[in-house]
Amino acid sequence: MGWARKILRVNLTAGTVKSEPLNMEWAQKYLGSRGLGTKYLVEEIDPKVDPLSPDNKLIFATGPLTGTMASTGGRYTVITKGALTGAIACSNSGGFFGAELKYAGWDMIIFEGKAPSPVFLYVENGTARLLPADHLWGKSVWDTEHAIKAQLQDPLVRVSTIGVSGEKGVKYACIVNDLHRAAGRSGVGTVMGSKNLKAVAVRGTEGVKVRDFKEFFAASNAAKAVLSGNAVTGQGLPTYGTQVLMNVINETGAMPTRNHRDIQFEGAHKISAEAMAEKRPTDGKSNLVANQACFGCTIACGRVSMIDKNHYTVQNRPEYWGASGGLEYEAAWALGSNTGVDDLEALTFANFICNEQGMDPISFGATVSAAMELFEIGAITTEQTGGIELRFGSAEALTQLAELTGKGEGFGAEIGLGSKLLCEKYGHPEFHMGVKGQEFPAYDSRGIQGMGLTYATSNRGACHLRSYTVASEILGIPEKTDPLATDGKAGLVKAFQDATAAFDSAGICIFTSFAWSLQDVAPQVDAAIEGGWSVDRLVETGERIWNLERQFNLAAGFTAKDDTLPKRLLSEPANSGPAKGRVNDLSKMLPEYYEIRGWTADGIPTNETLARLAL
Amino acid sequence: MQRSLNIDPGKCTGCRQCEMACSYEKEGAFNPSKSRIKVFTFDAEARFVPYTCTQCAEAWCMQACPVDAIKVNLATGAKEVHADLCVGCKVCTIACPFGTINYNASSGKVQKCDLCEGDPACAKACPTQAITYVDSNWTGLDKMRAWAAKTDTGSHVN
Repeated sequence: MGWARKILRVNLTAGTVKSEPLNMEWAQKYLGSRGLGTKYLVEEIDPKVDPLSPDNKLIFATGPLTGTMASTGGRYTVITKGALTGAIACSNSGGFFGAELKYAGWDMIIFEGKAPSPVFLYVENGTARLLPADHLWGKSVWDTEHAIKAQLQDPLVRVSTIGVSGEKGVKYACIVNDLHRAAGRSGVGTVMGSKNLKAVAVRGTEGVKVRDFKEFFAASNAAKAVLSGNAVTGQGLPTYGTQVLMNVINETGAMPTRNHRDIQFEGAHKISAEAMAEKRPTDGKSNLVANQACFGCTIACGRVSMIDKNHYTVQNRPEYWGASGGLEYEAAWALGSNTGVDDLEALTFANFICNEQGMDPISFGATVSAAMELFEIGAITTEQTGGIELRFGSAEALTQLAELTGKGEGFGAEIGLGSKLLCEKYGHPEFHMGVKGQEFPAYDSRGIQGMGLTYATSNRGACHLRSYTVASEILGIPEKTDPLATDGKAGLVKAFQDATAAFDSAGICIFTSFAWSLQDVAPQVDAAIEGGWSVDRLVETGERIWNLERQFNLAAGFTAKDDTLPKRLLSEPANSGPAKGRVNDLSKMLPEYYEIRGWTADGIPTNETLARLAL
Repeated sequence: MQRSLNIDPGKCTGCRQCEMACSYEKEGAFNPSKSRIKVFTFDAEARFVPYTCTQCAEAWCMQACPVDAIKVNLATGAKEVHADLCVGCKVCTIACPFGTINYNASSGKVQKCDLCEGDPACAKACPTQAITYVDSNWTGLDKMRAWAAKTDTGSHVN
């Protein structure tokens, strides 16, 4: 009923698998997916553990709406201590794997220990087996999925896997399911690789029921109508994908460019949604070939692209001529604007490599960008790069490094460190554009003030998906606020953070929140599971999850000093656009945020707050 | 009016709402593995193609069945499996050239699309109108209209 009420515990060291009942008391407090997986992790690991040690754990968790007919109800989250950050990591993915896991009868898989040699897990309904993966080690995401389907003689099995980057310890390796949907950020794939776990293959035929189907259909159908009637989820995202934002954010003057030295990109129109849909002069075809839905999604924002066969990146390389996941806004920005590269086909190729080898394109692109800045000031030379002229705007440098980093080879091994370690290594830590070791996504917080607070306080390091105040500050959802103002942003960020934690924990996609509020979510959750899930209860659950994550990070050694932004954003004014002359005024927002959160001036939840949230 | 499922793969996004709706209608649970309609994804070409029974007039499955367990619903034209008669011999699954009738190992019977007594759940659930339920005599209407628009050479202005 919504929950499968069963978790699968896999001890990789011992090579054992066992079934356990889901802790229903925790399920009632943390809902599912992100929240419930975090509760298990927090209870089971030492917060100070080395993320790559066998004592770290890796949890794949579905939510109560995963596998149901709720729109976008196909999500799962991977929860662990992040390899990139050392903070709580929870990376969410769509595609089809999450629903399949639920259909096999599991809410969650907990991996512990480290396999003595490479393995993959094969789950078929109530049966789970660890199988040797020596023959898969060294294979890409794409080859691994094909090889597993062939080996199991089951084309319907769903596969979630790491590529070579995860085996090689690239700090921002993803876990990729269904060829190009990813649990992307914070190095969850790096943790998986450190455990000698190559892949998880699942086949589920048991189905999912909900508490009250009649109520559920009333709620889910009403909510679907809200999505289809909304301009963003009904038109913008299906037509343009998240790339609908490229020109908007550039005009706003919040498009980080050349490692945040600039705030608007002159080539934005060449890498935008509109450019992806135009016919290329070279072959008369468009880069974008289809929009694809994840499981159960009635929005269908996913981009699927094909690269021009004549482009230098894929000439005589037919393995890259087929369609794969194309540029979403974050990838287009990180690989493009932030490196100063405006060659759409080159960016698409770099993105394909990120899919193929399982790398987060945000952290990869941002690290290349930081390396370019180090190169331009002479801190890195061709001696280190192996001859690559690592200049802003060089498509060749970008695509060469994508291939090298994907395989952890040559200078790619250093790009695989992430920008924080790379910049420290070459003596310029100030060039690392991120928070808690994780690189920024595609919004410069000098032009969108609330995003500065979002990044500084995000529990998984710099991230737009913990509290997407861009919705309010730029798009006017649910109501318009001034992107250059700081007043009221503390409350806005808290409200978005708590609501987002509830969306994520339900098993649905946060993109629904362009149209849905928790008023649309609560009746669906309530019809799916027991417990009387009102809007208020979801908000409280979200706040509880946020504080649980915060407590983990504090216990891991983070302090209020880590709730900050790089000097560049706090002291170097934006040089063009509507935000020209502005820095991010974090100090005007952060103390108020701590207060609203019920935390001390040092960012520690007070005893009253913990008691109020039953933590 | 008799109606048919009309599938336009060009509109399909591959979301599987149809599979969940079908399985709920027939099995009482969201369970795509038990769906009578199936969406195929051709990754390299980025194509998504829903596929199910076309309700052949002279259905191979119906003619092959040795126990007459597949019968015509005269109201809808659907070829329906009567579970009380089906012995699970699977001859129909061999006879069907399209693979759209399949054995269900849980029930020990075969299953196929029966048009939900004239109100198909898949078509209702499809968010992009890739699956519609239209006049059986005019399943080509949309294509005809599209070609008519293309071949109109414009002898009239405005």
